[in-house]
Amino acid sequence: MNRSKYYAVVGNPNSGKTTLFNALTGLRQKVGNYPGVTVEKKAGFFIGQHGEKIELLDLPGSYSLSAHAPDERVTRDVLLGLRNDTPRPERILCVIDASHLERNLYFITQVLELGLPTIVALNMVDLAQAQGRRVNVEKLSQELGVPVIPSQATRKETLLPLKLALSRAEIERSSWSPQLPATLLRAIDGIAAIWPHHEEHSLEPDPLLRMKSLLLLAAPAEDMMLLAEEMNAGKALNIALAQRMMLDRDLPSWREVLVARRYERITTLCQAVQGEGKMTSYSTTHYLDEILTHPCWGWLAFLGIMGLMFLSIFVIASYPMSWIETLFELSSDFIKELMPSGDLRDLFVDGILAGIGGVVTFLPQILILFFFIGLLEETGYMARAAFLMDRVMNKVGLHGKSFIPLLSSYACAIPGIMATRTIENSNDRLVTILVAPLMSCSARLPVYTLMITALFPGNSISIWFKGTIMMGLYLLGTLAALAFAWLFKTTMFPGEHSIFLMELPPYRMPSMSHILLQMIQRASLFLKRAGTVILGISILLWFLVSFPKSSSSSSRESSKSHFYEEVTVTSQKADQLEHSYAGYLGHLIEPIIAPLGFDWKIGIGLIAAQAAREVFISTLAIIYHVQHDEENPSSLSTTLLKETRSTGAPVYTPLTCLSILIFFVLSMQCMSTLAVVRRETNSLRWPLFQFCYMSGAAYLASLLVYQGGMLLGFH
Amino acid sequence: MTTSLSELESQDEAIILALPKDQRIASRLCEMGLLPGTAITYIRRAPLGDPIEIKLRGYRLSLRKEEATCIMVKKINSCTSNDS
Repeated sequence: MNRSKYYAVVGNPNSGKTTLFNALTGLRQKVGNYPGVTVEKKAGFFIGQHGEKIELLDLPGSYSLSAHAPDERVTRDVLLGLRNDTPRPERILCVIDASHLERNLYFITQVLELGLPTIVALNMVDLAQAQGRRVNVEKLSQELGVPVIPSQATRKETLLPLKLALSRAEIERSSWSPQLPATLLRAIDGIAAIWPHHEEHSLEPDPLLRMKSLLLLAAPAEDMMLLAEEMNAGKALNIALAQRMMLDRDLPSWREVLVARRYERITTLCQAVQGEGKMTSYSTTHYLDEILTHPCWGWLAFLGIMGLMFLSIFVIASYPMSWIETLFELSSDFIKELMPSGDLRDLFVDGILAGIGGVVTFLPQILILFFFIGLLEETGYMARAAFLMDRVMNKVGLHGKSFIPLLSSYACAIPGIMATRTIENSNDRLVTILVAPLMSCSARLPVYTLMITALFPGNSISIWFKGTIMMGLYLLGTLAALAFAWLFKTTMFPGEHSIFLMELPPYRMPSMSHILLQMIQRASLFLKRAGTVILGISILLWFLVSFPKSSSSSSRESSKSHFYEEVTVTSQKADQLEHSYAGYLGHLIEPIIAPLGFDWKIGIGLIAAQAAREVFISTLAIIYHVQHDEENPSSLSTTLLKETRSTGAPVYTPLTCLSILIFFVLSMQCMSTLAVVRRETNSLRWPLFQFCYMSGAAYLASLLVYQGGMLLGFH
Repeated sequence: MTTSLSELESQDEAIILALPKDQRIASRLCEMGLLPGTAITYIRRAPLGDPIEIKLRGYRLSLRKEEATCIMVKKINSCTSNDS
């Protein structure tokens, strides 16, 4: 009896659609991806008034069913029932921003024409009222022919009427029509007639077929074939092409008429439900923008906000991160006390526990970044940041909104890549994800420091010069990211002329519960999807460096004095590492990395650094028998400089150090990032591609530097 | 006075006359409410000179100069003084 009801939630971007969805479903959500595209699929449910389950599918925000961006295409395809992975919704919940009624209604009336039972949630009524635009709800409901329920996503008590409406057994279907001129109607009906009817007995073409026909007719010439293929409508395509030719002859401006008629009717409707009203022409938004997009104050505010955000993920996050580290050290000590020594204990401590620690340590950065992103998006500043930065990002074919993900990647690519969700166009999003790890993250910093110290030992070179080298490395990574972004944009999506049309939404007070929910959601998604992969790989890497056991480790008991024990332990560890699978792999890849100036020991370091870049240092410390001390990195660099090859020449020449530095700037040595990319792009193809292009670029660049340097007579 | 959208000054009011030739761009602009005959107000350009911000149908839209130069408008008046 109490069958569950299935609604698709649709609306314009910035209409408060997702906030409303979150307010209705709370934590009863499932977040995934639509197969084959980097578009997020959010579904949730709540329990209706009669105890039945009411399911909601939050479709990507759209401005039109004509679908100009990949995300809008998902919305269109789900509503038309063209996606195999998502059933066509039985009912629709439309979310309208009451303060932008006119533009919102363009998309909403298209959706109404699909003829499905529909409920309209009139959001942000309070804002509209504050602007002197009171909406006559009964009149609007009457005109649209479906229930209209005022709601405020930010205030839970206003949701009850909406929940009641959603629980209703029967809901009206709209009979709205844009009243197109007869020539256009004939063309649409002509196409619709060719389609095999879903309901054989009906004489009128059903609303779905008419909408399909309309979309096919109006689609830009380049997209027509693809759309027809998706709709499985070869015959209709031919008719549509013929109808187009007739229209071009009879009504040359038919494309504009198609849109204009709809807007004309909407304008009339808006005047009827809003009255002329006294519109306050300049709002708070206007005055805030005078400052926030001002040529001088605007940049100051931008630098301030970005600086605060960046410092928070860089500095503030380091405290909880060190607490987490301490916590895991303490628990590993605890386990060491508890369990007898052996492979099982090592697996627990060095494999599983270290792996979990490696996952959890990212959480503070992710939470802090998503707090800021939530704040920026909710208040409306995100669009202004994109407005300010678009000119710069446009140079390499990216969108202004790519800026924040790339900036965050200086701290860590993982939250940066997760932040690409704010970019609506999924092609721009993909390119940003692909280049984000080229921005030098904080894990590279210890490697840079060590290698620069080895490059210029002692105090002969001023700290300023070393600082300049460090800046140069950051700059190299950034330039590489921009260059690759340009390359991918021009080669992978050559036809895609992404035009930049961005709404600048009014400034609003943020809803803290919505921000908090998003922080929790992002963190738990990271733990579930990426965390498991990271854990798995870190156990594998532990296995590679620990097995097979070298024979000397059995002589552990013989050591007596404390000092002697410490020395043997370090040399034992080095011995173990050398004879492990990782050591074997290091030897194996030596011929490949030798042209870069690397020997097999560096090779082991590179393999271990696959877990995370900073592991390179601790691995080198083990290989070179150094009791590595975090406080004093120079002890390791001094040891490095004494290292010689079999020929007696030093290993760590300035040229080799430089080659290592260049390699670390460009290469993809972070399995956690790859795991997150896999989760965000929902495919193995993109992380694999990313790994290959970055490692390839790193190899070529290091090769060029080392061999070029040799030719020029450096060593 | 006929000019292109990108050549307007802050607070200029204008009526859209013609959209870019490119079908895809024109249809996107149309659907965002930017139709021939629509009244717009030019708000500002971004500090780096691109993109620009306009107001139409009660909302604010930003678009790049690349597209704006292809949109022809008729300037109806330029009010710089009154704010109410």
